[in-house]
Amino acid sequence: MLILRELRPAISLVVLFTLILGLAVPEAFTSAMQAALPWQANGSLIRQNGKIIGSAIIGQNFTGANYFAPRPSALGTSYDASTSGASNLGPTSASLLTAVQQRVAAYTKAFGPGPVPADAVTASGSGLDPDISLANALRQAPAVAAARHLPTHTVVDLVNRMTHHAAFGIVGLDHVNVLRLNLVLDALPAS
Amino acid sequence: MSLFDGAIIRRAALDSLAKLNPVTLMRNPVIFFTEIISALTSFVAVEDIVQHQPYGFPLVIAIWLWLTVLFATFAEAMAEGRGRARAESLKRARSETMAKLLVDPRDRAIFKLTPASDLCQGDIVLVKAGDIIPSDAEVIEGVASVNESAVTGESAPVVREAGGDRSAVTGGTQLVSDWLVLRITADAGSTFLDRMIALVEGAERRKTPNEIALNILLAGLTLIFLIAVITLVGFGHYSGTSFSIPVLAALLVCLIPTTIGGLLSAIGIAGMDRLVRFNVVATSGRAVEAAGDVDALLLDKTGTITFGNRMASAFFPVSGAAERDLAEACALASLGDDTPEGRSILALARERYNIVPQRSESATVIPFSANTRMSGLDFAGQSYRKGAVDSVLKSLGVEGGAAFAEAATRIGRAGSTPLAVTANGKLLGLIELKDIVKPGIKERFAAMRSMGIRTVMVTGDNRITAAAIAAEAGVDDYIAEATPQNKLDYIRMVQGEGRLVAMCGDGTNDAPALAQADVGVAMQTGTQAAREAGNMVDLDSDPTKLIEIVEIGKQLLITRGALTTFSIANDISKYFAILPAIFVITYPQLSALNVMHLRTPESAILSAVIFNALIIVALVPLALRGVKFRPVGAAALLKRNLLVYGLGGLVAPFAGIKLIDMALGVFNIFS
Amino acid sequence: MLYIALVFALVLGAAFPLGRYMAAIFERRVTWLRPVELGFYRLAGVDETRSMTWQAYAVALLLLSLIHFFLLYGILRLQYYLPFNPQHIAGMSPRLAFNTAASFTTNTNWQAYLPEGQISNGAQMLGLAVHMFLSAAAGIAAAAAVMRAFTASALKSLGNFYVDLTRITLYLLLPITLVAAVLLVVAGCPQTLAPFISGHTLQGGSQTIAIGPVALQEAIKQLGTNGGGFFNANSGHPFENPNAWTNLLENWLLLVIGFALPISFGHMVKETAQGRTLMAAMAIILALGCVGAYAAEAAGNPLHTAAGVARSGGNWEGKEVRFGIPASTTFNVSATGTSTGAVDSFTDSYTPLGGLVPMFLMQLGEVSPGGVGSGFYTVIVFTLLSVFVAGLMVGRTPEYLGKKVQEKEIKLAMLGVLILTLFILAGAGFSLITASGVGSLANTGPHGLSEMLYAWTSATENNGSAFAGLSADTPLLDYGLGAAMLFGRFAFMIPVLAIAGSLAAKPKLPESAGTFPTTGPLFIGLLIGVIIILGGLQFMPADTLGPLAEHFLLHAGKAF
Repeated sequence: MLILRELRPAISLVVLFTLILGLAVPEAFTSAMQAALPWQANGSLIRQNGKIIGSAIIGQNFTGANYFAPRPSALGTSYDASTSGASNLGPTSASLLTAVQQRVAAYTKAFGPGPVPADAVTASGSGLDPDISLANALRQAPAVAAARHLPTHTVVDLVNRMTHHAAFGIVGLDHVNVLRLNLVLDALPAS
Repeated sequence: MSLFDGAIIRRAALDSLAKLNPVTLMRNPVIFFTEIISALTSFVAVEDIVQHQPYGFPLVIAIWLWLTVLFATFAEAMAEGRGRARAESLKRARSETMAKLLVDPRDRAIFKLTPASDLCQGDIVLVKAGDIIPSDAEVIEGVASVNESAVTGESAPVVREAGGDRSAVTGGTQLVSDWLVLRITADAGSTFLDRMIALVEGAERRKTPNEIALNILLAGLTLIFLIAVITLVGFGHYSGTSFSIPVLAALLVCLIPTTIGGLLSAIGIAGMDRLVRFNVVATSGRAVEAAGDVDALLLDKTGTITFGNRMASAFFPVSGAAERDLAEACALASLGDDTPEGRSILALARERYNIVPQRSESATVIPFSANTRMSGLDFAGQSYRKGAVDSVLKSLGVEGGAAFAEAATRIGRAGSTPLAVTANGKLLGLIELKDIVKPGIKERFAAMRSMGIRTVMVTGDNRITAAAIAAEAGVDDYIAEATPQNKLDYIRMVQGEGRLVAMCGDGTNDAPALAQADVGVAMQTGTQAAREAGNMVDLDSDPTKLIEIVEIGKQLLITRGALTTFSIANDISKYFAILPAIFVITYPQLSALNVMHLRTPESAILSAVIFNALIIVALVPLALRGVKFRPVGAAALLKRNLLVYGLGGLVAPFAGIKLIDMALGVFNIFS
Repeated sequence: MLYIALVFALVLGAAFPLGRYMAAIFERRVTWLRPVELGFYRLAGVDETRSMTWQAYAVALLLLSLIHFFLLYGILRLQYYLPFNPQHIAGMSPRLAFNTAASFTTNTNWQAYLPEGQISNGAQMLGLAVHMFLSAAAGIAAAAAVMRAFTASALKSLGNFYVDLTRITLYLLLPITLVAAVLLVVAGCPQTLAPFISGHTLQGGSQTIAIGPVALQEAIKQLGTNGGGFFNANSGHPFENPNAWTNLLENWLLLVIGFALPISFGHMVKETAQGRTLMAAMAIILALGCVGAYAAEAAGNPLHTAAGVARSGGNWEGKEVRFGIPASTTFNVSATGTSTGAVDSFTDSYTPLGGLVPMFLMQLGEVSPGGVGSGFYTVIVFTLLSVFVAGLMVGRTPEYLGKKVQEKEIKLAMLGVLILTLFILAGAGFSLITASGVGSLANTGPHGLSEMLYAWTSATENNGSAFAGLSADTPLLDYGLGAAMLFGRFAFMIPVLAIAGSLAAKPKLPESAGTFPTTGPLFIGLLIGVIIILGGLQFMPADTLGPLAEHFLLHAGKAF
């Protein structure tokens, strides 16, 4: 019987591969990475005074004029990283349109009239986007500077210094990590 | 016979109606399916009429869907009609004859008059001058001349005799002289003539392997588009659109491959018909298709590649002899030689030296004898001889010398035959008799080669001669000193490499090779055994035709492929006509897709349906005549046909549908 | 545009040497892990000298998949009791476990579940990750079997499935996965078995961060064209895809085997031009898709532009800043041109045409370059159909690489195409009539239709990506899409293996000037045309009512 003949190798291979690819390899790889690259392997965590304040590559929410604001998140203002996701609203979605209109109004209210960078009024894919575009950061800079009583150019310089540029102009997009920017901002001596 | 003979068209129009019978139409899945859709749409139209609903659109769609089916059946009927015309003339030959059935084969005096239709295999019959031969048979006694024009169209009588390669006679042919005793070799209804009639009528037509595969593809496409159209109901339901049955029917019929579906069987029948017109009868469509696939042609040297007669081409005097003297001796030695060879020597002498010897009464002609292997003329005490080199030298008792021997060898190596010539016992020199290759044959073989077909010359000559002629004719290979056995071996070897082989033959000893070959063309003049073994019979008994048979096979496949490609490529434009039309009520913005600017949704749909129907009719001539064949390589052929039928299939309907829409506009239909 | 060119250069450049190496794997010429390989055979009782007919090959493949299906089903149901479950995640419902097991057995990686909340680390590692290796290896093995059909005359055997599976896993998938995983960790992908992290944000809030053994799984998820994200946000999640370079790496991983397979084929049949031709057709379709989707997304959403959003940005809803638009669209198009289904941005929020491109690439049968293995054999099916349709035009019975294409092959090929069409269109059409189906939609208007059509397309074509707003964990969609995945995989693969068996047994005819040429620009054009006409046209009516209608409505200023 054809099927019976195949039963032993089929079952054995499934079991063997499960043990090796599902157990041995991940265990060994995890141990190796924990030893070799512990910071990344554990989530690129940033600590302040011994306490975890978040991950360098996971977005968190900031409110108020004191800090640069991250992008809108489909997860809401909590930036709850125990989950992730996008709004999944379509291009002709009326609720998306309403949300965008409200965000545009809020953005121009907070940062003055002018062009509204698209990333500032649209939700990211993960809901945990740690970055904002350079244009967005530069638009926010004067308001942040004003709230912190810093010269605008200091904050603008800071933004420019913290910018990750697109490699060769094509890989990626000029952007700023919001958490890191705000951390550096906090570290600036008050004028 | 012109393509559109009035009588054939009238008959085909009637036949096309009869062919609407769903039971027979089922053989053609696409058109059968279209018929169902047409019936459904008609039902809707009738319902609308009965219920006093607006019925104009459903009715017009239904009519055009029926016309689509009708045009397809008409195409098939046309193809059959053209074959039938020829079948009628064959049938007349078969018309009831009475046979003289011999009770005792040894006694020709006592016979029983029996209708030909009652004859069985093995019956012995007598035919006398003026009788029609009642059935296919083998001559077992007698010699007679037979007029075979009923079958071959050739009116010169041919000799038929017992034994040998000329023992087969065909039912329906007429004895012109003498008498023959025949053994019947076919039961009534299965004679050569019967098979031929059935074939040209298309009655016994079985689908060829390619046709079956193509039908599966087309049926698959039909199902796929059926799914697409039926599920559209669900998508429409969500979108708030409901589609009427005529609209869905129109969309479906336009998308399924009705064009090729409608023309497919016509193409097949027309392919057979082209072969018949060419005086070749194939026992099956499969054989015609195989002819297109052939990779190697086995061609007899004599008659196909060369004229078959050797011709004098040059004089080679021995040292000390003048060429003019040699030429004169040659001419005199050939004066009594009436063979083509002899005549060619006289012609050469006249051409070169203007020697025109007169034959006097006193001259004695010495004819060729197998014993001496010489011939010549004794005249006024002078004697002139020509003959095989070794025989002549032997008779003279001399050695020719080194230069002479070398010239003889060189002539032989070039594929020609050297004849030694003497005058009064003195060796004068040599004359070269050359096997003349037919003009243009080399180019033909080159064309074959570019199509990927190897040509193989079959000859009884020795290897040296064969090699020389092969080189001159430009064949790819040759079989020298051919015997039935080594021919068969060669075919098996080529087939072992995965190639398909075609050959022609006539003798009984060709039968095994004919049977082994993928395409075996038997000569009508050949034996019954050869005709049974082959899968085609050439009524003209012209071995050169093998090349044309291959071309007809290829043309059949090309026509099928071209129309399939055309048909499938048509779909894109039909989408642009129909989709905006059926969705525009729900989403008016989709009118942006109406790139042809068709006037109204109804007119757009109707125009597509009309185009879809008319294109079948428009392509009937192409299907019947076949796509023009060009003997070029596959790559060039593909490029050309893909451009014409692929790209043409994409573009043509845009123009066609737009024109029909404009025409409907002129009459204010659905505006 | 430059970015697209960069991706193509890196992928195609690597595909040539990789393809040659893979041919050596299939032909058993690579042996550097021979002792390990032999260990597997000994423990599993595999006779490596045995060669299989197509029937035996198919039975072995099906049986192994079936066993593996049940194992995963068990793991998902029982994950609460299994190790590596720091979050104490409960077992899955039978319905969702069926859907998920079908999804991972078929290399689809459709995720009707929420990874962070419904899958434990143990189930990820022991269940999903192993499937990512083996379903990919099974697909490649089937492709290798199909390749062998063209290598010799009158061949009975298509190879040995167990040997192929083992060798492909050991020599191809595992090494590349490990190297890529290290690079991913360097860039920031976590690799830990610890529980979720609690943080106190800079502004004093609290944030729980989901974490796990991400890097290793991410690597095989991309390389094996699987696509099942460790997180719900898939490759949009910063832990799965920390920066633009990892994005490029992941994009490269998911394409490279697909493009290397035709090259392997060229080496196996000893006519490298044949392989390059298939590769070119795949690449052209993908390139057109990449350019089209990029153009659509870069143009932005006119409704939003009218609301005051800067025009220059493009459509940013559902996209991550660190990648930028070209990299986002190229990633998603690549993932749907293959059967990966990974996303680094959310297709549901793409512009209508930007979303149509991924959907249409799937509908074409995923041939650009398609899932590992499955893409290759689907291209072969279309190649046979192309050769058959147009091949007659050179006046010979069509043949491909010396093998005649006849009734049987056409029957099986059409059967495959028919099954795909049936599940996509009937599934989506039917779902849209039911209240349950319409209730699953997150968007209304034509976009809702696109969501449902995309789901059935993705499941049937074993892609796994989604217009993710759809609530897929319903009885209709769990069972329906589960069935679509199983049929889309196996009811296509078995006819293909049967075609391979039939072709293998045929004599290999020598090539001549009369042979239909299956290399060069003309054939590439023909193949693309046939793929679009036979593979894509049947979806045009539905696509017109979905994305196309939405496109014109969007530009007419309509919102729903």
